Amino acid sequence: MDGYIHSIESFGTVDGPGVRMVVFLQGCPMRCLYCHNPDTWAPAQGNVMSAPEIIRQYERNQAFYTHGGLTVTGGEPLLQVDFLLELFAMAKERGIHTCIDTSGITFHQADSAYRRKLDQLLQLTDLVLLDIKQTDSEQHRALTGHDNAGILAFAQHLKDLQIPVWVRRVIVPGLTDQAEELRALGRLIAGMPNVRAIDVLPYHTMGLEKYKALDLPYPLDGVAAATAAEAARARNLILTALREARKNSASGTPQRPE
Amino acid sequence: MDHLDYMDYQFDEWDGFEKATWCREVNVRSFIQHNYTPYDGDEGFLEGPTAHTLDLWQQVCELTKEEIAKGGVLDMDTEVISTITSHGPGYLNRDKEKIVGLQTDKPFKRAFMPYGGIRMAEKACKDHGYEIDPKMSEFFTIHRKTHNAGVFDAYTPEMRACRSSHIITGLPDAYGRGRIIGDYRRVALYGVDRLIADKLEQKETTRSAMYSHIIQQREELSEQIRALQELKAMAASYGYDISRPAKDVKEAIQWLYFGYLGAIKEQNGAAMSLGRTSTFLDIYAERDLRKGLYTECEIQEMVDHFIMKLRMVKFARTPEYNQLFSGDPQWVTESIGGVAIDGRHLVTKMSYRYLHTLKNLGPSPEPNLTVLWSIHLPENFKRFCARTSIESSSIQYENDDMMRFTHGDDYAIACCVSSMRIGLEMQFFGARANLAKCLLYAINGGVDEISHKQVGPRFTPITSEYLNYDEVMDKFDAMMRWLAEVYVNTLNVIHYMHDKYSYERLQMALHDKNVTRWFATGIAGLSVVADSLSAIKYAKVKVLRDETGLAVDYEVEGDFPKYGNDDDRVDNIARGIVHRFMEHIRKNHTYRDSIPTTSILTITSNVVYGKATGSTPDGRKKGEPFAPGANPMHRRDTHGAIASLASVAKLPFKDAKDGISNTFSIIPGALGKEDQIFVGDIDVDLDCGSGACFAPTLFEGLDVTDDQ
Repeated sequence: MDGYIHSIESFGTVDGPGVRMVVFLQGCPMRCLYCHNPDTWAPAQGNVMSAPEIIRQYERNQAFYTHGGLTVTGGEPLLQVDFLLELFAMAKERGIHTCIDTSGITFHQADSAYRRKLDQLLQLTDLVLLDIKQTDSEQHRALTGHDNAGILAFAQHLKDLQIPVWVRRVIVPGLTDQAEELRALGRLIAGMPNVRAIDVLPYHTMGLEKYKALDLPYPLDGVAAATAAEAARARNLILTALREARKNSASGTPQRPE
Repeated sequence: MDHLDYMDYQFDEWDGFEKATWCREVNVRSFIQHNYTPYDGDEGFLEGPTAHTLDLWQQVCELTKEEIAKGGVLDMDTEVISTITSHGPGYLNRDKEKIVGLQTDKPFKRAFMPYGGIRMAEKACKDHGYEIDPKMSEFFTIHRKTHNAGVFDAYTPEMRACRSSHIITGLPDAYGRGRIIGDYRRVALYGVDRLIADKLEQKETTRSAMYSHIIQQREELSEQIRALQELKAMAASYGYDISRPAKDVKEAIQWLYFGYLGAIKEQNGAAMSLGRTSTFLDIYAERDLRKGLYTECEIQEMVDHFIMKLRMVKFARTPEYNQLFSGDPQWVTESIGGVAIDGRHLVTKMSYRYLHTLKNLGPSPEPNLTVLWSIHLPENFKRFCARTSIESSSIQYENDDMMRFTHGDDYAIACCVSSMRIGLEMQFFGARANLAKCLLYAINGGVDEISHKQVGPRFTPITSEYLNYDEVMDKFDAMMRWLAEVYVNTLNVIHYMHDKYSYERLQMALHDKNVTRWFATGIAGLSVVADSLSAIKYAKVKVLRDETGLAVDYEVEGDFPKYGNDDDRVDNIARGIVHRFMEHIRKNHTYRDSIPTTSILTITSNVVYGKATGSTPDGRKKGEPFAPGANPMHRRDTHGAIASLASVAKLPFKDAKDGISNTFSIIPGALGKEDQIFVGDIDVDLDCGSGACFAPTLFEGLDVTDDQ
């Protein structure tokens, strides 16, 4: 079974723990306004590679990945679940730490056959990086072109399966960083004991060149990159809400209504 | 063990040390192996700078500012020929300095060193607004020959042509070759008198038939003994008697530094490296801590002052020299850590103290603190190194697991990558051959693409419109064979003359009698050649010729595998070239039975070499820089750092034992998460009841395993 691969980064340090081989898969149904990889949108394109080829490449340099592992991202990697099943099965046979970086979007209208495969895949997955772009469904639709019901359901599913998760949030000033939205995210995470980390990603403009190359209009034209201070503020808002919610639930106090 | 065997030498200063072979013979490694204490703890024990340290460092910073304001040189000696004893004692602030000694009588005053070449010494002064005493110029032009004058007396026209066309570049024929590391630890452990006794015995036991090499050996041993005597006199001028061994850690650092200071007073070498001293000195520190003689704070202060002195090492050099080496580097390289052949790691508290100077005094490129990295280093030390690297960007890393296999566990790095067993091995530094230009000579039948002169042998040039891989490879191989021969012979001339006119008396006095000599050649432009040959093989390369028919530019049609992407198709070409060139080098006679090696290590001079080289078949244009060392060409590695490093790692170390370097830059954000943003361990941030807490984080941090 071959996969459609956009590219492979041999020295990934930001998509999961340690130094990782990061495989960017081709194809994504989302059209997030801040997407910095528009060249990964189109499905069934790019380089065709088999799972053994990728594992071979990993093993050649595995000394570098001692504390890291293999991350699949994209695009939306879960579009190619059959390929990932083979890839992760091979990885787990070799004791490689596996990680999926996903929007969770494919969970939405999944048929039962797909769900079965997804669950098989999650059994082979050590960590999910789940990008919760907005907790509010309308905002989510405005940002990505899709509502977030499926994504939140996927989050619940990961919690039920006790799969370790890092929650990601891209901070675009004025777009995804409203205080109430961030607090809501904190409260959501508070209810997920399987979340190991919060990964706040400041929006950057490095994708601009790719839009130009693809002759696409840049949706966030004129929006400045998020500063470190803005990212830190966002992190604190999420954490404060998270702590409060945890404290309240630990002491039995009912949560403040929204 | 029969202790009577070790009765020959016994000093009170050795009380408390475990006796072994090192008492019978000069053998610092034996001393270290029998006495050092591996340290597995963390950096918690370290102490900050003392008030005196801060005052002194402030003074150095002020001097540095003044020096920069004056255009790079604060003061120069123009009349006193620098020798071990030429200058009286110099101080920063005598009352505050725990470790003393300057190259001249004043801090930041650069010494006059004419033995490498009087013109270079004159020019170094002139370019900074100073004039050499005319009597000195006369003396070193008429009465006393220099290394540089000797070399040019012996050079052939072909050697000169190669030199001026830059197919051989950066040759140490007008400046000190450097790259020799004296075992400065011997001064501390044995005292100079014991070392002189040893040298006298060596002189007595030379062969009696006076072959020229025996005459040379006897003369050199006499010079070495003289240098050791002078070293004692120099130390005495500072009020120290180093004829006997050092009695505590303060003396050990001071004695060792005097040894190094003597070397830099008489040699302005291209790299004047220190060796591997931290674990040696730790043995003294541990003994003093046990005895309660010094506190940790006092020991750190001595180390800070010692390192401060190493940061103040200066030489008189010309702007061209600085351009070649990008700045004013001394390469005071100190090797730290590594693993012993019995499996114990060699990290001690002193390893931490050395690196801690980057915090106490702030970051600095000198001394070039180099960690000999092994997967077997203690985890605490690895983390400390990584943190210190992040904070200071001042640590170099080298692969001990690879070098230990051939060099044992008491080698050190000279310059940036050249490893040698301390006191047992030295090297003849040989700059490098420009293989990219060699490839162009192969295409143009030995005619230089820039000067249009016939520099190489008059081979038939390639005349086809498109380059054919087999034809190019055939001609390139023949041209490499020619280049290797003229290159090795040029170096033979250089090192003969350097030994004759600018012999490193003191540094060689701190070596064994029968040293192993490495004949260190070098390669520049490897990735240009690899990509060029790959382009010829996997794409189509069209030759553009000028009106004389000389190939001056190339058009690449189609794509080709590029070195730096873990792609065997091109990486094997790179590997093959290194091996082949080395085989050509090996065919030649080398001076003093030295063992040929090569290095692929230009760190900065790749810019200068690129400037002197025409357009190449990989698409690189005339004058554009080469990649540094064994690096892939800029922006051609597109698969991330590990793929890039993997290509470099395929180069054969057995052919390039003098070292392979990869200059690796990365923006901090690409090295991992920034602390302020990423909550790697939510537990720490939450003061919730234990029941609601998360499992421990799986964030394991980053391993730094890059060898430079």
